[in-house]
Amino acid sequence: MSDLIRLSAVDQAELLASREVSSVELTRAHLDRIAEIDGDLGAFLHVSDTALTVADEVDAARANGVELNPLAGVPIAIKDVLATTDMPATAGSKILEGWVSPYDATPVARLRKARMILLGKTNMDEFAMGSSTEHSAYGITRNSWDRTRIPGGSGGGSASAVGAFQAPVALGSDTGGSIRQPAALTGTVGMKPTYGGVSRYGAIALASSLDQVGPVSRTVLDSALVHDIIGGHDPHDSTSIPDEWTSFADAARRGARGESLKGLRVGVIKELDTDGIQSGVLARFHETLRMLAAEGAEIVEVSMPNIEYAVAAYYLILTAEASSNLAKFDSVRFGLRVTPSGNPTVEDVMSATREVGFGDEAKRRIILGTYALSAGYYDAYYGSAQKVRTLIQRDFAAAFGQADVLVSPTAPTTAWEIGAKLDDPLAMWLSDITTIPVNMAGIPGMSIPIGLADEDNLPVGLQLMAPAREDAKLYEVGAAVEALLDAHRGKPFHALTPNYVGGGK
Amino acid sequence: MAKDALVDFDDALTRYEPVIGLEVHVELSTKTKMFSSAPNIFGAEPNTAVTPVCLGLPGSLPVVNKEAVRYSISLGLALGCEIAESCRFARKNYFYPDLAKNYQISQYDEPIAFDGSLEVELDNGDIITVPIERAHMEEDAGKLTHVGGATGRIQGAEYSLVDYNRAGVPLVEIVTRPIFGVEERAGEIARAYVATIRDIVRALGISEAKMERGNLRCDANVSLRPRGTDKLGTRTETKNVNSLRSIERAVRYEIQRQAALLDKGIAITQETRHWHEDTGTTSPGRPKSDADDYRYFPEPDLLPIRPSRALVDELRAALPEPPAAERRRLKAEWGFSDIDFQSIVNAGLLVEVRETVEAGATPAAARKWWLGELSRIANDQNVEVTSLVTAAQVAELQAAVDAGTINDKLAREALAGLIAGEGTVADIIEKRGLAVVSDDGALITAIDAALASQPDVLGKIRDGKVEAAGAIIGAVMKAMGGKADAARVRELVIERANA
Amino acid sequence: MSDITEDTVRHLAGLARIALTPEEITRLTGELQAITAAVESVNKVATPDVPATSHPIPMENVWREDVIADQLTIDEALAGAPDHDGSRFRVTAILGEEQ
Ligand SMILES: [Mg+2]
Ligand SMILES: [Zn+2]
Repeated sequence: MSDLIRLSAVDQAELLASREVSSVELTRAHLDRIAEIDGDLGAFLHVSDTALTVADEVDAARANGVELNPLAGVPIAIKDVLATTDMPATAGSKILEGWVSPYDATPVARLRKARMILLGKTNMDEFAMGSSTEHSAYGITRNSWDRTRIPGGSGGGSASAVGAFQAPVALGSDTGGSIRQPAALTGTVGMKPTYGGVSRYGAIALASSLDQVGPVSRTVLDSALVHDIIGGHDPHDSTSIPDEWTSFADAARRGARGESLKGLRVGVIKELDTDGIQSGVLARFHETLRMLAAEGAEIVEVSMPNIEYAVAAYYLILTAEASSNLAKFDSVRFGLRVTPSGNPTVEDVMSATREVGFGDEAKRRIILGTYALSAGYYDAYYGSAQKVRTLIQRDFAAAFGQADVLVSPTAPTTAWEIGAKLDDPLAMWLSDITTIPVNMAGIPGMSIPIGLADEDNLPVGLQLMAPAREDAKLYEVGAAVEALLDAHRGKPFHALTPNYVGGGK
Repeated sequence: MAKDALVDFDDALTRYEPVIGLEVHVELSTKTKMFSSAPNIFGAEPNTAVTPVCLGLPGSLPVVNKEAVRYSISLGLALGCEIAESCRFARKNYFYPDLAKNYQISQYDEPIAFDGSLEVELDNGDIITVPIERAHMEEDAGKLTHVGGATGRIQGAEYSLVDYNRAGVPLVEIVTRPIFGVEERAGEIARAYVATIRDIVRALGISEAKMERGNLRCDANVSLRPRGTDKLGTRTETKNVNSLRSIERAVRYEIQRQAALLDKGIAITQETRHWHEDTGTTSPGRPKSDADDYRYFPEPDLLPIRPSRALVDELRAALPEPPAAERRRLKAEWGFSDIDFQSIVNAGLLVEVRETVEAGATPAAARKWWLGELSRIANDQNVEVTSLVTAAQVAELQAAVDAGTINDKLAREALAGLIAGEGTVADIIEKRGLAVVSDDGALITAIDAALASQPDVLGKIRDGKVEAAGAIIGAVMKAMGGKADAARVRELVIERANA
Repeated sequence: MSDITEDTVRHLAGLARIALTPEEITRLTGELQAITAAVESVNKVATPDVPATSHPIPMENVWREDVIADQLTIDEALAGAPDHDGSRFRVTAILGEEQ
């Protein structure tokens, strides 16, 4: 494999700026990598056929001295949940097979404006419902670290694509951990911004009050640079925060210089530091805390008593909102239509289409959400869940009174064997316990790789959390921790990645 | 469809007390839709006035139209409602092909306006106060066309076509509390209530309020309870009643139909019924069932609306005079008799007549045009009279008559031109050559000729028998092809005869 | 409190317009019983004194000016349609009444 693709997005950008490498060469290198391994890895649902053309245009613009964004000409992969005008957007569902949007999702439009190269659309659990990318209608995605393991989910495609050097950066979406948990399980960096920090316009909705689009990368700075491009107010999304944001890249660079850890109050959430967590994960977590302390960080224990209700409340809110958001898939204006024999009414056609077009997990959640909203149960379920959301926000507010950032293992375990949890949906749901509270509260959360678990040599992630709107804080601290660990290791984490060997497309 | 057994209306009222409740949907005339920046226009090519939001495309998101909120607050205030400190939107979930997202964004537990009351004036001038429960903001659905089967009805259609141009058009739904004590005037009160809302939204300038276009739609709830009991009877909701006349008829029909059933001891089924303009009957629709579990929940894509008190005060200050008060004022200003004035109100033409007077015509002339010639034409072509011409055009026409440019007969021809859209009154007089002959020379020639041919008449006029001039005037008008001012001709005839 | 039977699931499937197979109904009934039992814990802490939070980041009066934008062409509008007549979306016969 070409060494080019092992570089971070920033380093690739430097080669472009110095004209040592053209965007066409860089893009072709990534397309070659995809062709080489994706038949087995299964990270991509669609590979762009215009990427090289766009790369050529960027090279021309650069040659003409046009002022360009730092990441102009650098390739990026897009989770298939985002609407794109030049590629299909299926959200991993059969019911949207082949659908091409007449408009670009706002984050996608902003990437184009920055002239990044859209490589293709990445695989995901159907409508982002899952934690393993085994619920895609188009087949599984394997873990870029170990082909026998799941990559996490729902954004397993973006995480494995970045982990396996098919793309330096990618976009994901995170409703209950779909960016952070796959990042942890593939040894990549994933950021879930403050709710409203990145526009949801054009992101096929799962749960409107929880969904958030964010970057996936191999380094903290790379995510920051992408976040700088896609973030900021969008009048097309009523929940988009109108604030001005400071540069996340600057924050990351500040953090990488060290200093940031000295006197930093790091809060360890007691309820997420239990022996319910895999031992190798816990070992790396505590080891990292010791290193932070050694750098002058102040480690404090905080308690979030209501976290134990978070998963239950989360699944009530998610399924309720999803049952309504997914009602538009009715075979009338777009997507699949299944017409039963005889002379069916439109009701029959809609019902047959949704029976065939939705997978088991989608049906399970739609039925539960319909139940949670139905007459007589609203208060007990959806209503109560909204109250638990309040309690979790209060828990975080109290915790942030004692600490500048909060930390926990990103996921309770490392990547598990493909198929291991498929027959137990509840167990699958519970694996999101560490990431869900962040979405419930709307605060930013980031996962960075901190090492390998002794028992299985698989990546372990550290989750960093900051108060709402303090995304920059996460980039600063995340980059500081990353720099610290790289120094101890003597090389960047992704240098440890075993070369993925598998059949091509 | 089996014919319903009916009881004589007055007979029904001897045994049962009718209670009515009305739901009126008003389409707001904003430039764009409620939650999408698509144009809010009527009659465009199907599916051309749409954005991703109107089609409920994956990933699309709603954004509230501020102007629609202002309109809704103004309407709430005009209905004497409280304006909520804070209100929010909710999703009403149900599947139907004209509903792009398969949920309607509406308001549920927190409407923008509530607890109002409206003074409604009846034909005889009596004033009834209708209690308003709430007025809430929501979005309209698309339009279905049923193809094949019987005359575009749902029943027996082979397939249906969907146009989403109307999907997302801003609506305010106004819901009354049960209206008691309506008795034999139940139908009239329902009609007058809707007519009053129409006048209010027109005066506010927030809706075209054309019922034939569905800008204003009424669902009429009717229930009967046996005399002497106070428990409300089971109600039916008659939908699709889209003219003032049919509202009155539909309410009376339901009273007669329900009475017949109750007389036989048959319970009324709570259901929606459909009004059929052609037959003047209602037919059963969907029975209320657990399929009506709409699973309302707060719309997560939208945030609460907190109208500032400053905004509310600003809109309150800008409210037009209430219809009842305005009527009292205009009647006095115009000096019409009760009957003459009430005839304008009952015809629903008060706004048109007022605007025509404001445009310069005398009240008498304005009334004459709208209730006379225009209403006749509207009847023949069976269209809404308001769709024929504008008040400004009528005033322009009358001005030409007052100036003597055309006479009444020619004016009617010019009106035809206006309706045909041939341009301004001036254009039409020009193109159709309608101007009266104002050149005395031409008239005098004709007059002299007529006098010469009728010496006996000439003699009579000279002897002072002025009425004899009629014969000459007639001859002259004939000679002029009607394009002469009769008054002027009379003057000249006398003058020439005695010359 | 959850008293979920196969009829409950059948009814929910109707509301959600999904033609579930008998096998799916049986399986989902069991799963729904287990899941609802698990999620009912929220009622332990969701006491009347706790306000509900519908949006994680509180904002209000988010609205736009009344200006036309984002219009689609007829071709864009119909591009994804399973069936249309060149200007309108086509669906098979509708039995149910409007709401
Ligand atoms: Mg209604
Ligand atoms: Zn309504």
